Amino acid sequence: MTSLLTRRRDKIDDLGGRSLTADALIRLRRNPVAIVGAVIVGLFVLVSIFAPLLAPHGPAEVFPELQRNLRPDSIPGALPGFPLGSDQNGRDFFSRLLLASRQTLFVGVFATLIGLVFGVLIGAIAGAFGGWVDTVLMRVTDVLLSIPSLLLAISIAALAARPSQTTVIIAVALVNVPIFARLLRGAMLAQRESDHVLAATSLGVRRGAIVVRHMLPNAMGPVIVQATLTLATSILDAAALSFLGLGDGDPARAEWGLMLANAQSYLDVRPALAFYPAIAIILVALGFTLLGEALREALDPKGRR
Amino acid sequence: MLRFIVRRLIQVVPTLLLLSVLLFAWLRSLPGGPAAALLGDKATPEKIAELNTVLGLDQPIPVQYVKFLGRAITGDFGNSLITGEPVTTEIARALPATIELSVAALLIAVVLGIPLGYLAARYRGRPLDTTTIIGTLVGVAVPVFFLGYLLKQWFAVDLGWFPPSGRQAVDIEATHVTGFAVLDGLLTREFDASWDALTHLVLPAIALATIPLAVIVRITRASVLDVMGSDFVRTANSKGLAPGTVRQRHVLRNALLPVSTTIGLQTGLLLAGAVLTEKVFVWGGLGTLLAQAIERRDYPRLQAVVLLGALVYVLVNLLVDLSYAIIDPRVRVR
Repeated sequence: MTSLLTRRRDKIDDLGGRSLTADALIRLRRNPVAIVGAVIVGLFVLVSIFAPLLAPHGPAEVFPELQRNLRPDSIPGALPGFPLGSDQNGRDFFSRLLLASRQTLFVGVFATLIGLVFGVLIGAIAGAFGGWVDTVLMRVTDVLLSIPSLLLAISIAALAARPSQTTVIIAVALVNVPIFARLLRGAMLAQRESDHVLAATSLGVRRGAIVVRHMLPNAMGPVIVQATLTLATSILDAAALSFLGLGDGDPARAEWGLMLANAQSYLDVRPALAFYPAIAIILVALGFTLLGEALREALDPKGRR
Repeated sequence: MLRFIVRRLIQVVPTLLLLSVLLFAWLRSLPGGPAAALLGDKATPEKIAELNTVLGLDQPIPVQYVKFLGRAITGDFGNSLITGEPVTTEIARALPATIELSVAALLIAVVLGIPLGYLAARYRGRPLDTTTIIGTLVGVAVPVFFLGYLLKQWFAVDLGWFPPSGRQAVDIEATHVTGFAVLDGLLTREFDASWDALTHLVLPAIALATIPLAVIVRITRASVLDVMGSDFVRTANSKGLAPGTVRQRHVLRNALLPVSTTIGLQTGLLLAGAVLTEKVFVWGGLGTLLAQAIERRDYPRLQAVVLLGALVYVLVNLLVDLSYAIIDPRVRVR
């Protein structure tokens, strides 16, 4: 008898006894796409953490022995002590490539995070209050969304008299704000009429508490998915801004998008200067996209079995 | 139907008005104001004050806004700081080049994208499907300008199959009628000019097409899979319709609805992509105009091109909504 009971209990546990998060994690671990994405992202984060230990030289250090060999038609390749040779300014390309991972991660994470925080704030206010607050906020959001994102980023970045890393981050972050705002507002609206909110309201929970404790946590799934995907587009957008001359003007800064943009004029002299940062960007963008897509699938309740 | 069109048109107006407010605010938030931007290196406090009076910038802000709006409606966005020409004239001259490039890119994306997405859905889980999905993911992850340089380096410089940059060979005798290089050649029967323009078009169009292509493939695939699992397809199959008939008349037709929306969205985004592609291939269209404006901080030109981009985007989306109402009668009711 007991064995029957345990078996039934196990079966029930197996069917629905897991939270959506636990369930999503299990499905993520089974999904090869998620694993590939997570491995790429993990490696990227590890490299950026340990870059100062791995890189033999500083990002701005100019070496006379490299600089001496710089000619308009040739940039020295691998030399003893410089595994990938020189960049166009006589600096160690290998070190710069490694250290750039930090700056790229920095730009991507901050552009996404700032966009997320402001977007979530606007979306939550619009979704929680509804009425004219919602109408006004969403009208502005719609207008921002009606400008193609790169054009919007360009107009914001061009406002700065002297482009810097901060202006790039702000420009890309502002493009992300309306995306998060729309997303969160939709998720909040969907819950306003739902049973758990009704239950909380009839128990006398205050509106602020309902929004923060009951509605926001339930709306975070799509936001996390979007944030992962936005990391990829932010890095690509920052690279595009650099290419258009709106990137960081500091020549000492090593960032993949910036390195790729600056290497375009040396493409027939030494293509590696463009290729390595480009491959790094493509891999990282791919990693975040794969992870984001896998997360979307895993968090979709329709996928639960 | 007419009421639907009118209602959607009216909905566009507040969007455009808000956009104009934002643009006005943008212009006013320039470092030192528009006068300093116009004067550039020659800016002194006296000169700025003088120019502010000339430009009417010393008047109350609401008055300035109404004036700005009045000028914008009549198409007056000021003169370019680089050439001194009216920005509108510059844009009109550069427009055909960009339209030609965008149409070519869109054609590639649609003609390849829909069949590819459909085949991927039909052979779901097979190697063709997997390869297509990986291709689309990589396609979106590659920086557009880098892809442009790769194509240029491989197919123009190394292999010499296509010209590396520009819209037309310098030594070719071409009469300009419409400004669309390929079309002009056909109209004037200068077929060699048309052919030459076409070879110039191939590489930039491919570079510009990658992202819309990847997006269209993915949406088509998802949409076809969605429709294939629906009840009416099961009904059609179980009442014994030939599989080919089901696929053509039931699956493909219904699956193309979301795809048409995507095509519209991507059309609006092409101008943004063109900024990067045109810079790589020295194309001489709107993108080149914008890239120059950024380098030289030519604010009037920058503003006008961005506004045009937003306007095109809004109008294209409006057209998509309208076409949706024609294809799918259910939309009209709502």
